[in-house]
Amino acid sequence: MTIMDKTADIPAPRAGGSNDAPLLEVRDLHVEFHTRDGVAKAVNGVNYSVDSGETLAVLGESGSGKSVTAQAIMGILDMPPGKIPQGQILYRGQDMLTMSYEERRKIRGQKIAMIFQDALSSLNPVLSVGYQLGEMFRVHQGLSKKQAKAKAIELMDRVKIPAAAQRVGDYPHQFSGGMRQRIMIAMAMALEPDLIIADEPTTALDVTVQAQVMDLLKELQTEFNMGLILITHDLGVVADVADKIAVMYAGRIVETAPVHELYKRPAHPYTRGLLDSIPRLDQKGQELYAIKGLPPNLLKIPAGCAFNPRCPKAEDICRTEIPVLVPVSEQDGSELPGRGSACHFWKETIHG
Amino acid sequence: MAELDKTDGSMDATPNVTEVVAVDATDETAAVAAIEAPVERGEPILQVRNLVKHFPLSQGILFKRQVGAVKAVDGVSFDLYQGETLGIVGESGCGKSTVARLLMALETATSGEVFYKGQDITRLSGRALKAVRRNIQMVFQDPYTSLNPRMTVGDIIGEPFDIHPEVAPKGDRRARVQELLDVVGLNPEYINRYPHQFSGGQRQRIGIARGLALNPEIIICDEPVSALDVSVQAQVINLMEKLQDEFNLSYVFIAHDLSIVRHISDRVGVMYLGKMAEIGTDAEIYDHPTHPYTQALLSAVPVPDPEARERGERIILTGDVPSPANPPSGCRFRTRCWKAQDKCSTELPLLAVPERFKGSDTPAAHESACHFAEEKDIVGAAS
Repeated sequence: MTIMDKTADIPAPRAGGSNDAPLLEVRDLHVEFHTRDGVAKAVNGVNYSVDSGETLAVLGESGSGKSVTAQAIMGILDMPPGKIPQGQILYRGQDMLTMSYEERRKIRGQKIAMIFQDALSSLNPVLSVGYQLGEMFRVHQGLSKKQAKAKAIELMDRVKIPAAAQRVGDYPHQFSGGMRQRIMIAMAMALEPDLIIADEPTTALDVTVQAQVMDLLKELQTEFNMGLILITHDLGVVADVADKIAVMYAGRIVETAPVHELYKRPAHPYTRGLLDSIPRLDQKGQELYAIKGLPPNLLKIPAGCAFNPRCPKAEDICRTEIPVLVPVSEQDGSELPGRGSACHFWKETIHG
Repeated sequence: MAELDKTDGSMDATPNVTEVVAVDATDETAAVAAIEAPVERGEPILQVRNLVKHFPLSQGILFKRQVGAVKAVDGVSFDLYQGETLGIVGESGCGKSTVARLLMALETATSGEVFYKGQDITRLSGRALKAVRRNIQMVFQDPYTSLNPRMTVGDIIGEPFDIHPEVAPKGDRRARVQELLDVVGLNPEYINRYPHQFSGGQRQRIGIARGLALNPEIIICDEPVSALDVSVQAQVINLMEKLQDEFNLSYVFIAHDLSIVRHISDRVGVMYLGKMAEIGTDAEIYDHPTHPYTQALLSAVPVPDPEARERGERIILTGDVPSPANPPSGCRFRTRCWKAQDKCSTELPLLAVPERFKGSDTPAAHESACHFAEEKDIVGAAS
């Protein structure tokens, strides 16, 4: 499966839930927020797809639209002020945006689950973790309270929380940050979904705990052959776990690539800038490369390529024409599978 | 204070730490004079000795009694030299921010000393303390909460002059504020704007400008870039390095991002549960760590290079950091350490050059608080 549609023209959606459809496919998704100051265009035509057992990392800074895309997939976007003027979100070939509320509800949690960044504020402080974990079984499977509690203990064991049977009645504040994030993972795993969306799952954690949590997530993913969308701004975490990467900037995907390729040869000046701004050993004592300027205001996205005011390579065409995500090829014209770049000058960026 | 007695015997025998030349000031004027005296580059400017900060835990409402203490900082010693950057890394709860607050004299130390140019700032008061505070400034982590939203940028940066009128520019204070804005790379015309009109990176620049206002000698940076976006972090780091050269500043740089600390620091100290686990130059710590915690910490950092990950061994620690209210006996790290033996639970390892490396001039011969310090081949951060 290629990372996404190679060109801007979108093929007609397949009818029904055919088996060869990818697990999840996002097509030309747009999300905007109507605010008092104007329309903030948070997502402007995003395409990506994930298959079972695959990890897609969505990389971007704050305000790049990476979390908004995830919320649109889960159907937890605040509408209003949010609005999805166009686009499709296909789960096994079925468009979730045209489904009824009840149909979506059946997918949410059972088929697609989400892990949030801040476990403490995502868990209910006045309910025990056992109750909150069991809720999934009571609501979706109609289990009794007792059965649900037994299932909750089983889940806590699976995410390696020590003494699960004793701790099932504890409240979120009694757990450490890493343990709370494990509970969030357990909750997402509860009904063995096909796809998990993890929105900055380790950002609030310390590095030693982060390593534990990422390991657990990877292990469970392999065990259940799940698809995983990992949303992050940390280039290090991405290098560790992702199979393929989509880099977002101002609501668009600016580059897609398999993980090894991206770090070796970025094909978009923004990706290159991000990689260059990581401190490296041989640059000790020198000035770090810094992308000049600031991420754009979503109310006033620059004309043409959104990155042009910060780009060292920008020319006139960049200020007028929006670059589409085009396939990237080797210098001799041979194809680089899965690679794409939304830059007018990708050739110079990758080969120059 | 039974809690304290335990730490009193465990004085760190750190040869790296130079002798303190305490200046016996007879009165405040003498103390101020000592504080105002210039320090040569490369001489110690700040000397921390066995610094301890315990926060009492009390029980009961009417009759409060102390039931224990959170040992946030428990015997930390280090030197800061003029013109250098000392990085302090560690996980949350290891006491690195408390150290910062103690160096600023914002908290009263339970015991121990902080010598600034030979004056123990934990004992100073009045005019002398004010003079110290003028020379040690701080840049805070969160640029969103550390600036007063109701004050204009000009008022925020100019406020230090109200507190220390003796060093305020005579005459045009506004011009000086605009000059400071220019120094940190902001448009001097923004002087009448409010903090909410700026982005995170720009606000951090305002925070830095405020820190620079009084021409301090030391700036303590508590996680100055961790709240910023990746592409903006590099801008702020570059600015800080530029300012260090320009104004001859010494930095204590506290952060949890190991690659940034390596980039900016001359020396690095690794803290764990209120104690210094290992301290040395950046190359010693990053390339030749001998303390198991440093090794685990470095190998846990995700490396932004998929191929580096496949080389070298990765250590994943089990469990969480123990509570500082009830730290393990002996070595603090032993509950998560794969090398722990009986000795570790009974005997507190001192921060010193390990016996086996003594006398040799390998880079592994730096101070490490472990009974079984040795080098280990690991995946390194920022290499």
